[in-house]
Amino acid sequence: MPAALSISNLTKTYASGLHALKSVDLEIRKGEIFALLGPNGAGKTTLISTVCGIVTPSAGRICVDGHDAVREFRACRTKIGLVPQELSTDTFETVWATVSFSRELFGRPANPAFLEKLLRDLSLWERRKDRIMTLSGGMKRRVMIAKALSHEPQLLFLDEPTAGVDVELRRDMWGLVRGLRDSGVTIILTTHYIDEAEEMADRIGVISRGELILVEDKHALMKQLGKKQLTLHLQQPLMHTPAGLSEWRLALAAGGTELHFSFDASEERNGIPALLRRMDELGIGYKDLNTRQSSLEDIFVSLVSQRGQLRP
Amino acid sequence: MNVPGFNRRGAWAIYKFEMARFRRTLLQSVVTPVITTSLYFVVFGSAIGSRISEVGGVAYGAFIVPGLMMLALFTESLSNASFGIYFPKFTGTIYELLSAPVSVLEIVLGYVGAAASKSVILGVIILATASIFVPIRILHPALMAAYLLLIACSFSLLGFIIGIWANSFEQLQFIPMLVLTPLTFLGGAFYSIDMLPGVWRTVTLFNPVVYLINGFRWTFYGASDIGVGASLSMTLGFFALCLVVVGVTFRTGYRLKN
Ligand SMILES: Nc1ncnc2c1ncn2[C@@H]1O[C@H](COP(=O)(O)OP(=O)(O)O)[C@@H](O)[C@H]1O
Ligand SMILES: [Mg+2]
Repeated sequence: MPAALSISNLTKTYASGLHALKSVDLEIRKGEIFALLGPNGAGKTTLISTVCGIVTPSAGRICVDGHDAVREFRACRTKIGLVPQELSTDTFETVWATVSFSRELFGRPANPAFLEKLLRDLSLWERRKDRIMTLSGGMKRRVMIAKALSHEPQLLFLDEPTAGVDVELRRDMWGLVRGLRDSGVTIILTTHYIDEAEEMADRIGVISRGELILVEDKHALMKQLGKKQLTLHLQQPLMHTPAGLSEWRLALAAGGTELHFSFDASEERNGIPALLRRMDELGIGYKDLNTRQSSLEDIFVSLVSQRGQLRP
Repeated sequence: MNVPGFNRRGAWAIYKFEMARFRRTLLQSVVTPVITTSLYFVVFGSAIGSRISEVGGVAYGAFIVPGLMMLALFTESLSNASFGIYFPKFTGTIYELLSAPVSVLEIVLGYVGAAASKSVILGVIILATASIFVPIRILHPALMAAYLLLIACSFSLLGFIIGIWANSFEQLQFIPMLVLTPLTFLGGAFYSIDMLPGVWRTVTLFNPVVYLINGFRWTFYGASDIGVGASLSMTLGFFALCLVVVGVTFRTGYRLKN
């Protein structure tokens, strides 16, 4: 079975000389939700745009479901739906007209029943006869999603779909994404909300300065790079970390009432029992303790800053 | 899924989209040319027509009808086609066109076809309006229709190229205003170039618009300042040139893709 998307050596240098993508290789499996994470200007939109035919790559090869994106561009693009980052709609058209247009543009025969279901799912049905200019920003974004789904794509790109979007639409969107995944659609999304990537994605790719730093199964990534933090709530506040505990990487917090200890979740001997024993010996009492898995955000920040140090 | 080599639905969708845009401004699209044509008849037909009664055996009022139609055809084709493709670039909705399974063929057929259709409709409206003022006969109706279509397509193609090339609304207006309008007025739309003194007549022959107008006029009255063969080859050449430019533009992605 060919990959939903296969990218090799994808490179983009803009006319300005800026290297937006540096020899990116990426393979997306059928039916997965893939989250592309990266700071602003990392090249996420450029990557998506080259696959969708909006930006011409400088080098490299793109295959969608086994079809070459240049030689078989029709077969490729018929399979792809795109919700771009920027909100741009045909303001004078009605919702129904613009969604019907999209379906036809992608060469699919008319299917009013399907479009009706799509508009209902996106809470757009009541507004179908309204011109797009009369809609709110959130509704316009729904229209763009409807347009992208109108031709029943197998591979859906969502470029920062929830940036600046209200809670309700965000919730609806993730409901929709899950529903699409269940029906076999492969989804590639970029987002700034790392908790969303954590919640939604099966795999995560981190991109920084045009380079794909890592691609990893979400759970494996969390395990591999995840740090845990132990928080001890002290009975007596401390002014500074006691000299007798200097073997451990500790930090005081909450005005000296909390002691934080970071440790690698993957390590067999994490040092917690020894720490607690030593504290007993020193007579430092604690009321409570808990541990917390570090979020993707922590992982992401540490990854990107590591990279940044390598390359000034 | 079997994907055909030509996306007929896609081309048709673009065509309908553009025609819907015209329909939204139907009133001004129809009223404007009717009023303008009537004005030309009042000004040129009555004022000048009272001094020049006939040109080459044709009543002056009737003589200017093909020129008037051409003038409207040029400007309408240019502005409709250029705006049609410029506007999605301006608003950003072009992303959808670029990401769709359509090639330059479907895009050009859709946009240029719609702009040309509208121009032809306008040409017919002008002809109908003019026939209220003057009796008009058309010697070669089939050729006249073919000419009308060819010119509408050529100038719509040119307008499409301008729309792709333009980066601002000013640039969009530039060629129609600064190049085409003077060339048309100096191109024998309202007079026969035989009426010009020798030197000017020669200079005028370098104006391509002269060939277009005279060829079209020939289909009406069977007489023209320039051989109909030269005129027709000029028109076809112009059409072919526009086609080539569009092809090259899309091959390189010029001003549409980064
Ligand atoms: N059309 C363009 N011309 C020149 N540079 C561009 C263009 N589009 C994007 N860039 C640059 O390419 C880099 C990557 O941009 P982009 O792909 O939009 O990043 P992201 O989506 O991750 O924020 C940025 O430095 C951006 O300024
Ligand atoms: Mg972006």
